Amino acid sequence: MIDFTKRAGFNLVGRHRAEHRFQWSGRFAIMTSLAFLAFMVGSILIEGSGVVRQWQIAVTVDLGPEVVDPDDIDAASFGRILKTGLMGHFPDVQTRREKKKLFNLVSPEGSFEIREQIAADPSLLGGRQTLWLTASDDLDLYLRGKVDINLPEKQRRISNVEIEWIKDLKQAGQTRLVFNRNFFTNGDSREPEIAGILSALVGSLFSLAVCFVLSFPIGIGAAVYLEEFAGSNWLTDLVEVNINNLAAVPSIVFGLLGLSVLLGYMGLPRSSPLVGGMVLALMTLPTIIIAARASLKSVPPSFKEAALALGATPVQAVFHHILPVALPGMLTGTIVGMAQALGETAPLLMIGMVAFIVDVPQSVLEPATALPVQIFLWADAPERAFTEKTAAAILVLLVFLVAMNLIAILLRRKFEQRF
Amino acid sequence: MVLTNTNRPKWRDRLIIMSLASAAGVAILVTGGIVLSLVFETLQFFKKVPVMDFLFGLEWSPQTAIRADQVGAGGSFGAIPLINGTLLISAIAMAIATPLGLASAIYLSEYASKRTRDLTKPALEILAGIPTVVYGFFAALTVAPFIRMTGGQFGLEIASESALAAGIVMGIMIVPLISSLSDDVINAVPQSLRDASLGLGATQSETIRRVVLPAALPGIAGSLLLATSRAIGETMIVLMAAGMAARLTVNPLEAVTTITVQIVALLTGDQEFDSAKTLSAFALGLLLFVITLCLNVVALGVVKKYREQYD
Repeated sequence: MIDFTKRAGFNLVGRHRAEHRFQWSGRFAIMTSLAFLAFMVGSILIEGSGVVRQWQIAVTVDLGPEVVDPDDIDAASFGRILKTGLMGHFPDVQTRREKKKLFNLVSPEGSFEIREQIAADPSLLGGRQTLWLTASDDLDLYLRGKVDINLPEKQRRISNVEIEWIKDLKQAGQTRLVFNRNFFTNGDSREPEIAGILSALVGSLFSLAVCFVLSFPIGIGAAVYLEEFAGSNWLTDLVEVNINNLAAVPSIVFGLLGLSVLLGYMGLPRSSPLVGGMVLALMTLPTIIIAARASLKSVPPSFKEAALALGATPVQAVFHHILPVALPGMLTGTIVGMAQALGETAPLLMIGMVAFIVDVPQSVLEPATALPVQIFLWADAPERAFTEKTAAAILVLLVFLVAMNLIAILLRRKFEQRF
Repeated sequence: MVLTNTNRPKWRDRLIIMSLASAAGVAILVTGGIVLSLVFETLQFFKKVPVMDFLFGLEWSPQTAIRADQVGAGGSFGAIPLINGTLLISAIAMAIATPLGLASAIYLSEYASKRTRDLTKPALEILAGIPTVVYGFFAALTVAPFIRMTGGQFGLEIASESALAAGIVMGIMIVPLISSLSDDVINAVPQSLRDASLGLGATQSETIRRVVLPAALPGIAGSLLLATSRAIGETMIVLMAAGMAARLTVNPLEAVTTITVQIVALLTGDQEFDSAKTLSAFALGLLLFVITLCLNVVALGVVKKYREQYD
C-alpha cells in the first residue's frame, strides 16, 4: 500500500507556501526581463535626448571685398576669416598653443558653414557680419553640463582657459542653443557636432525598398503555391523543410552568401543598397512565407469551394477570392519582416556596407551604409560626443521600428476577420 | 452540363502556377547557394590549411605574411578557441535565459489572467524586436563597465570586454524566444491532464511541476535548442561586447572571441581574395552553418513530433 501521508503529505501550509513561491518566481522572471528592457531603453533615451539641441556661438567675421572677392567667393580663405574673427573677440590671446585652443571653440567645419551661409544669403558680403556657427563637440558637451569640471585639468578635454572664454562668450550673449539640424540633414562626419544620420537613413530606405520589391512577390508567390497548388510529394516537403531551416540560419551566413555569390560571382557593386537589399530579402523571405501561409490557412475552404462550384478555375478561385481576404494578414507579416530587416546589421557588414559615407546616396548602386551599421560605427568611435550620437541614432531606429510595428498591428485590427 | 470558362486559355493558368512554383523554388535555391558557396570557398581554404589543423588546432592567429620567410608566416587557424568562446558565451546566455524564459512562459500560460497576458506578452515581444546592435551598444556601454566596477569592489580583475557582459545581455535577448515557444508548448498540453492532477488534490504548482512540465518536456527541449542555435549565431552583441582575443578559457570574466566575431573581423577591412585569411572566414561560416543547422533540424523535429503526439 502507498503511504499517502508521507508521499503527498498533508503538510498543507508548506505546500501552499511552495505554491506561493512558485507563482512569485514567475512574476519575478517577467519583471526582471521587463525591468531590463525599461532600463536599456531608458538609459539610451537619457543618453540620446541631448542630441536634439546643440550649441552655437556667434563670431563676428570680416567679409569685406578685400577679404572675399564677390565675383570669386571660392578663392577666399574661410579658415583664415574664421580665425581672424575669433582672434577679434579675444585680442589678448598670443601664444600658438592658446590660439589653437581658441580655434577649437568652433567646429572644424566652421569655415564651410561660413561659405554656406554666404551662398544662402549673398547680401552678407561687403562688411563685418556676426554669424552663428556650430560649436565644437567639446564646447557643446561642456555647455550641456556633460563635462565633470571637478576633474584635474589634464583629464578633461576642455581646459580652464577655454572655460573662461566660454563664460565671457556666454555673458556677451554670443552663445545659443538651437535645434540640431545637422543631425538630421547631414551624412557621417569625423566631427561629431557635424555628423548626421541622413545618408545612413537613405541607405537603409534604399535597401528596404529593394528588399520589399524582391521578397514580397516571391514570398507571397511561394506561400500561395505551397498552400493552394502544391501536391504533397517529396519536393514540397523539401521546400517546406528548407523554409523552416532558413528562418533559423544565422544572419551572418546570408552575408557570406552575398559576399561570395552576389559580389564575387555576379560582380554586383560592393557596398551598394542593391546588394544589401538582396541579402536582406533572402533573410526575410522565410518570415514572409510563414506569415503568408498562416494567413492563407485562416481563409475557410468554403470560399474556394464555392468559387470552384460556380465554375472558376483553381487559379481564379485563389486570385479572386482567397488572396483578397488573406492579403491584410500577408501585409502584416511583410511589415514585421521589413522591420526585422531594418534592424539587421551583421550581413550588411559582410557585403561592405560598413563605410564612411558622407554624401547621401542617390541610387541603389552607389556605396551606402545603413542606420544600424552607422550605429555600430559610431559606437566604436572614441569621442565622447559620438556616444550620444549613437544613442540618438538608436532612438531614430527605434522610432521607425515602433512605427512599422504599429502599422502592422493597426492593419491586423482593421482587417481581422474571424470565420 | 459542365460549366467552365471556355474563354480562358488553359496555358495561362498553367503559367501562373509555374511561376508560383518557381517562387517556392527560391527557398531551395538559397539553401543550395549557401551550401555551395560555403563549401566551395572552404575547399579552397583546406588546400592551404589541413582540415585537422582547422578543426582541432588550439591556436587562432590568422595573419597574412609580409615576407614569405617570416616566423609564423602562414598564421595558425585552429578553430578550437573560437568554438570554446562561442560555447562559453552561449552557455552564459542560456543560463540566464532558460530560467527567466521558462518561468515567464509558465506564469503566462498557467497563472496570468487574460488581461495580464494581453499586456505582458507583447511587452516581452518588444525584447525580441529590438535590433541586436542596440543590445550590443548597451552591453558595451553600460553592462560591461558595471560588471567591471562590481568585480572591482570584490577585488576581481575583470576585462572590460568580458564574456559575462555579452552573455548576460544575449540571455535577455533570448528570453522572449524561449518564453513564446514554451508558452505554445505548455498550452498544447491537454487540459484533461491538469484536471486529473488537480482532482487528485495536487496544488497548481505541483500539477505544473509533476504533470504539465514532464508532458511538455520534449517541446521545451526543442525550444531551448532553437534558442541555443540563435545564441551561437548571434553576431552584433559579441562583436561589440566580447572582444577579439582568441583565448582558450572557461573563465567568464575574461575576454573571449566567437566564430561570428572572427568572420566579421576577417572580412571587413582590407582583404585579398583567396588568401588563407579571407578563405578561413568561409570555413568558419560553414562550421557555424553546420552547427546551427544540426541544432535546428533536431529542434524542429522534436517540436513537430511533440505536436503530433497531442493533436
